[in-house]
Amino acid sequence: MSREDPTISDDARTRVGREVDAIYRSDARRILSTLIRLLGDFDLAEESLHDAFTAAMEQWPREGIPANPRAWLVSAGRFKGIDSLRRRARFDESVEEIAAQLGTDRHDEPAPAEQSVPDDELRLIFTCCHPALPAEARVALTLREVCGLTTEEIARAFLASPPTIAQRIVRAKAKIRDARIPFQVPAPADLSGRLETVLQVIYLVFNEGYSASSGSALTRADLSGEAIRLGGVLMELLPDPEVTGLLALMLLQESRRQARTTPAGEIVLLEQQNRSLWNRDQIAKGRALVERAFQSGRVGPYLLQAAIALVHAEAPSAAATNWKRIVSWYDMLLSLVPSPVVELNRAVAVAMRDGPEAGLSLIDRLLARGDLAEYHLAHSAKADLCRRLGRSADARAAYERAIALTRLDPERRFLERRLEELG
Amino acid sequence: MKYLCLVYGEEKKIQAMDDDECMEYDAAIRKDGRCLASEALQPVQTATTVRVREGKVSITDGPFAETKEQLAGFYLIEANDLDEALGMAAEIPPARVGCIEVRPIRQLVNTRGETRII
Repeated sequence: MSREDPTISDDARTRVGREVDAIYRSDARRILSTLIRLLGDFDLAEESLHDAFTAAMEQWPREGIPANPRAWLVSAGRFKGIDSLRRRARFDESVEEIAAQLGTDRHDEPAPAEQSVPDDELRLIFTCCHPALPAEARVALTLREVCGLTTEEIARAFLASPPTIAQRIVRAKAKIRDARIPFQVPAPADLSGRLETVLQVIYLVFNEGYSASSGSALTRADLSGEAIRLGGVLMELLPDPEVTGLLALMLLQESRRQARTTPAGEIVLLEQQNRSLWNRDQIAKGRALVERAFQSGRVGPYLLQAAIALVHAEAPSAAATNWKRIVSWYDMLLSLVPSPVVELNRAVAVAMRDGPEAGLSLIDRLLARGDLAEYHLAHSAKADLCRRLGRSADARAAYERAIALTRLDPERRFLERRLEELG
Repeated sequence: MKYLCLVYGEEKKIQAMDDDECMEYDAAIRKDGRCLASEALQPVQTATTVRVREGKVSITDGPFAETKEQLAGFYLIEANDLDEALGMAAEIPPARVGCIEVRPIRQLVNTRGETRII
């Protein structure tokens, strides 16, 4: 074994080890996606990926680092995978056929080509976000397979137990195999529908990191960073204005991270945020993306939300914000995706444009319809407008309702402080 | 790969549809070999459910599950993968008033490792 080979210096081994680590970090997920395509099985591909990196650690100190390490790893992984299938074939005849098939394929196509790799990653994203999988499983599977997070990391991020997450992933992979969910980028006719679930998964991961839906920590920056990275990968692979819009939206929201909580983790509302803390670099990137997406002429919900975030990002203060423009973006958004939550946000913008009275009558109408009766932000928005109008009793009642409905500790403390300030 | 497409819907709505369109679609997918079998079912009040418990046969009136949306028919189809099967299911006319459940067919294997001979 090479490990005992005295001719290889420890120095060489360390150097190669560092190189392999770097390749693992930058390329492992892409190599995995190619192996899934070549071997047709998630678990086998993961096992083979691991074997390929182990082989690299053994052979590269002796033979030198190959000119194209990624292609080397793909082809090593593929051989390991076929080997492993052959070993299984001794026990199961049905696998023998698959192994034989994979073995003969080698001559029909060029060696696992570098240029096929980016498409494989896109295939992996679409497969993990397939609408035939349960929504929770899509998120877990994407974080596991596309982002390479461990089951434990995903569990921690979603405040779930590792066995729960592991089971979601196992079941999703079983459905991919048994229902034969294809490993492919959808046909052009299906693309926009299928892209929707992909964007949903990415935005859900972002939001889970940006404003956790429950628990004591308000933000989990790692998840947001992962979502932004994934959005960037997707945009490179699939330049679609909604992909660009989502990436812009995430960057523009992320730019406010430093300002939206105090060091102690308390909430700071947009109008009170110290705007000098906003990340100008992210805002500039967001602006460029919004402009680029609008040039395509196709306007979707993510792009419109990004456009709204951009108006905020460029305003020197809450009072000096172009609320007229924000309301018109909301009008457009509502015409595309009617939603009571969007109506609520529009009502808040109307209150800023025309005064609290106008906003309040819209919110009252919304609440009377019943859609948002259980939504804490509807009650806290109402409370805030009542407070500004000096209607303390109404404000108090609405704050109390909001406090009863919120699941997040910092939000509860924020609302309680507001309630106390009413006196 | 074989998939069973189960057609569910409110019987009134499904019965209100003309058979013409269903027959047309059926003929088209049989012609190109993608449909292996397909039938429409009589209304659910004609259903009878059979169970065997501890050797005793029990027969009850009505369907297995009493729901608003009833099983109205099925297509056994041949498709390369789930995406193709879902595409075919979306073209089944009652998909517009009810819904289609798509289920992959499982190969039966006995304890000696033999599969069913068809």
